[in-house]
Amino acid sequence: MSTSTTIRPPGGSGPEGPASRPGRSPKSIAVWVAVALVGATCWTVLALSRDESVSALWVLFAAISSYVIAYRFYSRFIAYQVLRLDDTRATPAERLHDGTDFELTDRRVLFGHHFAAIAGAGPLVGPVLAAQMGYLPGTIWIIVGVIIAGAVQDMLVLFFSMRRDGKSLGQMVREEIGVVGGVAALIAVFSIMIIILAVLALVVVNALAESPWGVFSIGLTIPIAFFMGFYLRYLRPGRVLEVTAVGFALLMLAIVGGGYVEAWGLANALTLSKETLTIMLVVYGFVASILPVWMLLTPRDYLSTFMKIGVILLLAVGLVLARPVLENEAVTSFATAGNGPVFAGKLFPFLFITIACGALSGFHALISSGTTPKMLAKESQVRMIGYGGMLMESFVAISALIAASVIDQGLYFAINAPAGVTGGTVDGAVAFVNGLGFSLTPDQLQAAADAVEEDLVSRTGGAPTLALGIALIFSEAFGGGATAFWYHFAIMFEALFILTAVDAGTRVGRFMLQDTIGNLWPRFADTRWKPAAWTASAAVVCCWGYMLYVGVTDPLGGINQLFPLFGIANQLLAAIALTLCVTLFLKHGWLRYVWVPAIPLVWDLVVTLTASYEKVFSSDPTIGYFAQADRYRTALDAGEVLAPATDVSQMDTVIFNSTVNGILQASFALLVIVIVANAAVIWARALRVGSLSTTEVPAVPSRIVAPSDFIATREEKAAVAAWEAEQAETVGSRR
Amino acid sequence: MRASAGPVAPAPGPVRRAVAGVWWYLRELSGEAQWDHYLERCDRDGVVPMTRREFERHRDDHREGSTQNRCC
Repeated sequence: MSTSTTIRPPGGSGPEGPASRPGRSPKSIAVWVAVALVGATCWTVLALSRDESVSALWVLFAAISSYVIAYRFYSRFIAYQVLRLDDTRATPAERLHDGTDFELTDRRVLFGHHFAAIAGAGPLVGPVLAAQMGYLPGTIWIIVGVIIAGAVQDMLVLFFSMRRDGKSLGQMVREEIGVVGGVAALIAVFSIMIIILAVLALVVVNALAESPWGVFSIGLTIPIAFFMGFYLRYLRPGRVLEVTAVGFALLMLAIVGGGYVEAWGLANALTLSKETLTIMLVVYGFVASILPVWMLLTPRDYLSTFMKIGVILLLAVGLVLARPVLENEAVTSFATAGNGPVFAGKLFPFLFITIACGALSGFHALISSGTTPKMLAKESQVRMIGYGGMLMESFVAISALIAASVIDQGLYFAINAPAGVTGGTVDGAVAFVNGLGFSLTPDQLQAAADAVEEDLVSRTGGAPTLALGIALIFSEAFGGGATAFWYHFAIMFEALFILTAVDAGTRVGRFMLQDTIGNLWPRFADTRWKPAAWTASAAVVCCWGYMLYVGVTDPLGGINQLFPLFGIANQLLAAIALTLCVTLFLKHGWLRYVWVPAIPLVWDLVVTLTASYEKVFSSDPTIGYFAQADRYRTALDAGEVLAPATDVSQMDTVIFNSTVNGILQASFALLVIVIVANAAVIWARALRVGSLSTTEVPAVPSRIVAPSDFIATREEKAAVAAWEAEQAETVGSRR
Repeated sequence: MRASAGPVAPAPGPVRRAVAGVWWYLRELSGEAQWDHYLERCDRDGVVPMTRREFERHRDDHREGSTQNRCC
């Protein structure tokens, strides 16, 4: 019986696309015309509104209607015309099913896993910082960027990795482009990950420094996670949901309890400096990465995943209920003058590297290759998981941009300007912000700080700004005036998944390092061999810990020094991924459609290489790292101390940090140029011959039936039901 | 998982179905449903299943040797 199982694509979808779907019924045409009209109206309002109050809902609905249209039309075009997703072909999960890595997963569940893996603090931080240029440039870039570039990259990488049994980005670059490119990609991926971890950790340090409430509640997540881990290991194995519910309740108590640290006399003990927090975070990162994962990492991941999905849904509901008005201007003068206090540089190229996650994020290529492709049930699901998952992240970025833009502008700059210019005092901040031309009184600033029970001056890093915006929206939407609670709830939400990213990233870095050194000394590659695991963990923690320390101690303000490095690094990773995609298009002979990955690649290279060039060679000391080092060196030689440095050793710190950042920046750009140059050789060869052989795994017929999209069509449901009945019969006859 | 083993309920109302759907989704997403799938597999193949504790230990061990990256 089992031998006669027919191979049946779901809903009649073949390489040419689901032909049986009623795509052109009058009803569907009417629906899509309506969506297009909503989108066009929102965009028109955003384009024409100046110097008047604009509701945040225009931004929200411009985004949603654009996403829906892009998903329906562009991603479908890529899926069926360009990639020719083929549901008659078995996926790696079907062919290599082993119940662990290669596992057939329901598409909606896999969407949740994939989304939880790609979305973190990045789409929350970048848009908040970019709000200094106004809400409009960020909105346009997030929406257009994700449709043309970010979601395309995620979908293509997922597709190519799926057709290669879930190979990693680095492996694919080595096999499809060449050894030189492969080695460069390996170094680039590793070092970019270190920078990302350092910057994320810096966001947490900045949010928790001098904040006993924050330290109390975030600190308690560690014992809560331990409790959950031991519960699952010894008390009731496998009962994840009940222990997560208990963990969540404890988390809420931890946030509420934070409000009483002063009353309990813990305030002094929990008021920690940035340096102390850095040391604690480094020690924590090391311990977390060598402990068994069931103790800390897995249970915290449950909490962070549910918090992530829950808060994002809550934020969407909150925005619609609160209907906040944007306080931010559409485009501020910083966009053209390039002299903003949050980060230096003009709109081009710096907006496009400040907002990476949410528009185009190279890091996603590491997740779209590797884990997710091994779990796909059908090829056609690449569309909803790759393209759809990234649209969802973009929605998170838009929400963050809105949250930052509903804050009074004077307040926004008081929070985000580095301590070097505000002096860290209310009066200093007010004077600085008034100097920028925004109105803010000391009373207003104090009132805002009192409402959230935190000091707000120069709380850079994006997290406090976002938390304040979320607190404003939630207390408006859900009433109760619990602004301080919502503020710390938002801080918790962000810190929780940054810490999860730090643990997980350290472990991934450790595995990469062990694997690489394992090529020379095989025993080192054994991830269960303690000495190797410990030394590799220590090495990874030291790398990001050092960069974190550089950021924390920088007199110029760590975020505005390191964030550009982070953004450019992330976008350079995207350049590597898109280079691989272009290479594979040409090798497959899909010249006609090569513009699909080539347009984002060219745009990304122009942006990142311009940004890198300016960061390395600009003579403006606020932009160029080396110009900055020179300026301080010259002053030091002349025996002067330049503000914001207050003594000679701070002058030395600035010179040293700027030089380190400049060298890193230059090396990243060089690595990418090496990879692109290596790929160009292959492109020329492929163009000459027409196509080249690739490592794509030969097609094997699929026996599984499963729907393609979020919502199964009637035909798909019928096909699945018929197939399941047949399966049951097969099993029955085998018994 | 079985390909699209959606919530199968004997024709309850829309609210019941939605709650059952959310519950199914949470159990699948958290991996709690892995145990059910394992039992189904054992049943189908006629194998005596290990205890839940052993099964979860086995999953922990597997997680120990693999990584799941979390993005920025």
